[in-house]
Amino acid sequence: MHELSLCRAIAGVVKTHAGDRRVDVVRVQVGALRQVVPDSLAFCWTIVRDDEDMPGAELELEFIPAEVRCRGCGQQSQIESRFSVACPQCSSADVAVVCGEEFMVTSVDVT
Amino acid sequence: MGRFHRHDDGTVHSHDHDHDHGHDHGHRHDHGHGDHSGYATGTERIEVLEAIFAENDNRADINRNAFQAHGIRALNLMSSPGSGKTTVLGATLDELAGEFAIGIIEGDIATDLDAAKLAGRGAQISLLNTNNGFGGECHLDAPMVNRAIGGLDLNTLDLVIVENVGNLVCPAEFDVGEHAKAMVYSVTEGEDKPLKYPVMFRSVDVVLLNKIDLVPHLDADVDTYISRVREVNPDAVILPVSARTGEGMSEWFDWLRRFARAT
Repeated sequence: MHELSLCRAIAGVVKTHAGDRRVDVVRVQVGALRQVVPDSLAFCWTIVRDDEDMPGAELELEFIPAEVRCRGCGQQSQIESRFSVACPQCSSADVAVVCGEEFMVTSVDVT
Repeated sequence: MGRFHRHDDGTVHSHDHDHDHGHDHGHRHDHGHGDHSGYATGTERIEVLEAIFAENDNRADINRNAFQAHGIRALNLMSSPGSGKTTVLGATLDELAGEFAIGIIEGDIATDLDAAKLAGRGAQISLLNTNNGFGGECHLDAPMVNRAIGGLDLNTLDLVIVENVGNLVCPAEFDVGEHAKAMVYSVTEGEDKPLKYPVMFRSVDVVLLNKIDLVPHLDADVDTYISRVREVNPDAVILPVSARTGEGMSEWFDWLRRFARAT
């Protein structure tokens, strides 16, 4: 259900930019800290794009790894774990997320 | 049915048809004019760079401004199903409805059962069923809350609590116009939940760790629950409570008093 809502939101953004033109490709950036299941998003997109009158629109996802800056040890690192944002260097949880929370439409191809 | 494939540059995309992967199709992502077979010439790339939640966030700001114009503080209360959210709210109304004029926006997929539990306890209640379209939304979004605001008399209220749909995933993504987010997390849910649902746990300002009266009957200890929350959210206020017995609830009422009075 979640991905269906997300696809509708994606389509809403696309339509404001594409106007009446045919949408061929939709590029979406997804941060690693977002709870987006790619297969589920792709499946929901096939439903939503028909409903939103853009049946030929391909969805391209670009994944952004998560990085945190640690307030404890001062280091900035990419985090590998899906389950924790703790600093990989010193395990402190006192971190600022630098990237990984992206969820945006970066561009669309229209004809 | 879409199919994914992953490219060396890290992009993944879906097609509504199967590619023949017997060849290297050298798919590039610059999509210059005419470089992509199947695309008619005249394809134009439009830079968008727009957050997918931008429209929701705009509507959330409208809600927040409406609350602020009436001197109201708004709290978004989230949890998994069965965590005791409605019981917490009922006890909260019993304690605070005499001090503050409280409005409840009650999100529920199909029923008015929760609204009925809260009726007659001194608050205005606006029920918001979400069972439109594909079997019911899993969260409240800003436009839905905007409609529900119409069911409250904002002129008379001090505090609005939005009881979100029970779900640890979707509600975390949608700003509904609140000033703070709270969640109820019960000790019967398992201590791994902050690690499994980090977006929710990272988004909240306060966690009510509920049902601590059941700890003696469970393989659970409160300290482990607290440290798991801390792993994903070092800043949240964590309040161990039992909405059933009242244990710890005075800390929550005090938190809510400070929240309601802050401007």
